[in-house]
Amino acid sequence: MSDYRISHTAALEAEAIFIFREVAATCQRPVLLFSGGKDSIVMLHLAQKAFAPAPIPFPVMHVDTGQNFAEVIDYRDRRVAETGVQLIVASVQDAIDRGMVTEPPDGTRNRIQTPVLLEAAEKYQFDALFGGARRDEEKARAKERVFSFRDDFGQWDPKNQRPELWNLYNGRVHPGEQIRVFPLSNWTELDVWRYIGSESIPLPEVYFASEREVVDRGGMLYAVNEFIQVREGETVFKETVRYRTVGDANLTAGVRSEATTIEEIIAEVEVTRVTERGATRGDDKTSEAAMEDRKREGYF
Amino acid sequence: MTDTLTSREDTHELLRFATAGSVDDGKSTLIGRLLFDSKSLFDDQWDAVEAVSAGRGDEYTDLALLTDGLRSEREQGITIDVAYRYFSTPERKFIIADTPGHIQYTRNMVTGASTADLALILVDARKGLVEQSRRHAFLCSLLRVPHMVLCVNKMDLVDYDEAVFKQIENEFKAFATKLEVPDLTVVPISALKGDNVVHRSENMPWFQGPSLLHHLEKVHIASDRNLVDVRFPVQHVIRPHSSDNHDYRGYAGQIASGVMKPGDEVMVLPSGFTSRIASIETADGTLDEAFPPLSVTVRLEDELDVSRGDMLCRPGNQPRVAQDIEAMVCWMDESRPLRLRGKYAIKHTTADARAVVKDVQYQLDVNTLHRDETANELKLNEIGRVTLRTTKPLLCDDYRRNRSTGGFIIIDESDNRTVGAGIIV
Repeated sequence: MSDYRISHTAALEAEAIFIFREVAATCQRPVLLFSGGKDSIVMLHLAQKAFAPAPIPFPVMHVDTGQNFAEVIDYRDRRVAETGVQLIVASVQDAIDRGMVTEPPDGTRNRIQTPVLLEAAEKYQFDALFGGARRDEEKARAKERVFSFRDDFGQWDPKNQRPELWNLYNGRVHPGEQIRVFPLSNWTELDVWRYIGSESIPLPEVYFASEREVVDRGGMLYAVNEFIQVREGETVFKETVRYRTVGDANLTAGVRSEATTIEEIIAEVEVTRVTERGATRGDDKTSEAAMEDRKREGYF
Repeated sequence: MTDTLTSREDTHELLRFATAGSVDDGKSTLIGRLLFDSKSLFDDQWDAVEAVSAGRGDEYTDLALLTDGLRSEREQGITIDVAYRYFSTPERKFIIADTPGHIQYTRNMVTGASTADLALILVDARKGLVEQSRRHAFLCSLLRVPHMVLCVNKMDLVDYDEAVFKQIENEFKAFATKLEVPDLTVVPISALKGDNVVHRSENMPWFQGPSLLHHLEKVHIASDRNLVDVRFPVQHVIRPHSSDNHDYRGYAGQIASGVMKPGDEVMVLPSGFTSRIASIETADGTLDEAFPPLSVTVRLEDELDVSRGDMLCRPGNQPRVAQDIEAMVCWMDESRPLRLRGKYAIKHTTADARAVVKDVQYQLDVNTLHRDETANELKLNEIGRVTLRTTKPLLCDDYRRNRSTGGFIIIDESDNRTVGAGIIV
């Protein structure tokens, strides 16, 4: 290290830690959105490192659609207990029961998460919400700031974003407005996997390959579970799959894989030719601007 | 170093570069080619672009669709904001800040250049230098981007003629001598055909330099950081309040410049008290030395009153402590101009202050570099030299010496928008 160089992974870590500390020092009520997915797992790990030896100075919140993989919820509860951080669960099921949102006929709850998220943010008066979104995921995200301003209605206005220069982030808001903060903005999928490997961060089992009963829907392999029921005309077959992303269990497809360790996953990700959202997410396939539209409404 | 930084297998360095130019210059094609040839473009991204392009009846697949992420951009066929792209090679990881080239997007160019190690400026070989090329070069020099690459594109359309290239190269170099450009490289390319982008071109045997990608992989950036002047803006004070760490008090922050070691004598500004560094800590253990851009926690031997916005430095090498600030300001707000006697909030390192505009000395024409000394305001995308008086001293350096302690942003307190960027001169 005599030439004072650091690897890009170390540079990304330093940047993310800076962002966590900046929010803790300047915002009134931050919260970390935690789904049990790999990006939010990495965020929780970075938040611990940013404030060590002190505890993480803000709670975590899960917007729970009630359609999760069971292993992921187990993992969430285990990690929360280990870190000692406070967990807030904003339940979509509860919001449906109260009549605040209506479940769409196709049963997907992705889009109705947004009002639930916004309601919880208002209830707890959160002014800064950490999200795990990365700019390499999707092209609307490629243009989003690290500190992304949302108005009273939680809306993102892509044409009216605050310029972001150097590392001088502007997190100022009026009451009722929010900043969404994305510490992993500059990370790629491969960076996340490599970091998980180098830091030995444990992950939920669904990320590793195992034989599952699946159905093929439009070229995507969905594991049969309590949310994916076999439809008429579909054939169930056994396939060794893992999950590249973990969203709702009824929307997230697996990919064929033999990778049972982080090293094997990294090796697969290094040569893959399909983006993780393209390969695994039914929710992003709706239109060319699906993500932009959801983000305008206040989505993560 | 005692921690895991050295033990990480992955020793890729990170290079951030900004690209400037319009669709006409072939910038999107060039970025598309860098992504495609480095296998950073995925099949489903390619398929989506191809489908949209075919649906619109384009003659060829429009690579601009890859980078134009917003609906209005696709509809109008223009780029309106900075887009970030990522690719890596076995040598390095790259972050591209892709900025639109037209004058109405000067603020986006300034934004992209603020963090760039290198700026890539494109010109069309058929057209030569145009007003826009000079403006890009000026903005990159103003933002002190350490390395500049001029890509003379579309060489295939001028029969790979060396004379055409030489003329543009000489003209640009003559212009660059008027600016401060520490390192300039000029490469003849064809983004469409791939000449000199990833591989050396056989069509231009007269060109002895490296391909563009080779240059991006090899350009020496480690010395660009200021490792001389110790500047540690305190970001956050870590006090665990637990029985295990009852007396723990650590100052968290990212090292802006210089190298810090345990035992070093340091001064806390603005108070002026001195102490020694007891330890430099991370969650992975203590460090024998720390340097930019590491985020660390510094503990001092003495109990001093230190808080966010303060700065640690060496007693013999201190920043300026100033309330009268001379700066070049780029105005970024469309609704209201910067006004003489206007009052604004300022964010500089980790410190907040308020400031009043005491003087607008001149507005600079970014195309001709002509100074208009009659100006008394700065409108959107205008750049000028102003004098500010701040409510409390800023701990600052000239931007040319220190990009971290020499830059600030200007915030309108009524709506909290970031309305300007300042460079201390």
